[in-house]
Amino acid sequence: MKHLLTTDGLAEDAATAVLDTADELKRTLLGREVRKLPTLRGRTVITMFYENSTRTRVSFEIAGKWMSADVVNVSAGGSSVGKGESLRDTALTLAAAGADCVIVRHPASGAAHRLAGWLTETGTSVVNAGDGTHEHPTQALLDAATLRERLGALKGRRIAIVGDVLHSRVARSNVHLLATLGADVVLVAPPTLLPKGVESWPVTVSHELDAELPAVDAVMMLRVQAERMHGGFFPSAREYSIAYGLNEARLGLLPEDAVVLHPGPMLRGMEIGSAVADAPQSAITEQVRNGVHVRMAVLYHLLAGEGEE
Amino acid sequence: MAPRPRGATEPAAERELLTAGDVARTIARMAHQVIEKTALDSANATPPVLLGIPTRGIPLATRLGERITEFSGVDVPTGALDVTLYRDDLRRKPTRPLEQTQLPGTGIDDRIVVLVDDVLFSGRTIRAALDALRDHGRPKSVQLAVLVDRGHRELPIRADYVGKNVPTSRSEEVSVLFADVDGRDAVLLGERR
Repeated sequence: MKHLLTTDGLAEDAATAVLDTADELKRTLLGREVRKLPTLRGRTVITMFYENSTRTRVSFEIAGKWMSADVVNVSAGGSSVGKGESLRDTALTLAAAGADCVIVRHPASGAAHRLAGWLTETGTSVVNAGDGTHEHPTQALLDAATLRERLGALKGRRIAIVGDVLHSRVARSNVHLLATLGADVVLVAPPTLLPKGVESWPVTVSHELDAELPAVDAVMMLRVQAERMHGGFFPSAREYSIAYGLNEARLGLLPEDAVVLHPGPMLRGMEIGSAVADAPQSAITEQVRNGVHVRMAVLYHLLAGEGEE
Repeated sequence: MAPRPRGATEPAAERELLTAGDVARTIARMAHQVIEKTALDSANATPPVLLGIPTRGIPLATRLGERITEFSGVDVPTGALDVTLYRDDLRRKPTRPLEQTQLPGTGIDDRIVVLVDDVLFSGRTIRAALDALRDHGRPKSVQLAVLVDRGHRELPIRADYVGKNVPTSRSEEVSVLFADVDGRDAVLLGERR
């Protein structure tokens, strides 16, 4: 692997290799005294975040540090971006400064792809840490790792993705990856929060949450992204929550060993009930824990071996 | 994409260095040597921890542990230690998949750890294993058991227990086969392809 920009077209064996590496990393780090591996000594990883983030940035930083890479964080606010430097110039500057890998989050869909194009000559790898409403591949990988841990192989498993699919890069990345891994995905959302062209996705679509819950192995709740909404997508927050929120009553509709996921940050009381988020079915903190191992695995596959095109 | 695991296929035009009978006798002899050197037959001896290095070190550690238990009546904790993340040649090869690491519940602190591998060659795998051990704890001492020592060391590393010394040329390849993973026990010498 040279870059990780999308899960669309990520081959099953490549995805499985990353997930298997993450599993082994988790196992080998479990209970040991020194949670640090020498594997990426002398490699430099730069995170470049043009959008707010807690878990993703911290998760990448810890992942890099546990692999002994040197990690430098750049945020749009405190950098030359504030002086008007273009994304391309900033990226070329970071590559020239010695970055082996640039991890980028950007509000514009496609930003990571453009970056990878500009950096072709430099040999620097690019990881997409979320670009607009397009993709967030490491989130999908950590979701898959968490589901595999709870459910075993994902082939034939039925997974519902619920809520603001329209604005969700997490949903897009998950749809592609879960389909590649052989799961059946059902999107549950009001018609206003489904993207154009959803008919061509490898999914089924439903508007009735209660009808879907009894038949799923896992349900992935999405955050309602008010910051990307300009206009009325639903009548009121309360009405949305009543129709599409995972409250305690709905938790009872799920099979007993079903898994509840949320990519975070969650709005308790909106798309997910507070008691549901803390219920035994919830794997939300495991997702965060697995996120570190999955990102270590991604850095390992991008940076540890000899350069592959 | 995945590199061939060490010793996974038989080299072309191979010569059989050890037959199934030889392998069994050699492991039995090594078991006696471990019992003697770690004073396992004395009263209140703490059994050593056997750690197999993937891939063929794992079945060898299991077999060695079974023989030690059979001869001494003492249960020997065994586990697996993958050293991939500690190798010094990662950047010279395509990305390697990680193998299993599984330390026994006893841990390794203040125990005698016997690293177990099928073939001792450059010594770089063992160097990586020593680094990996350091991150898992602090053994009382570390020993090394190998079924075949084929020479060509690149580091000052020597085995405590050697099943068979085999002079080889660098162009040759030594393959160790175990019944549970390969269908039969044997050690083969052939030309590297």
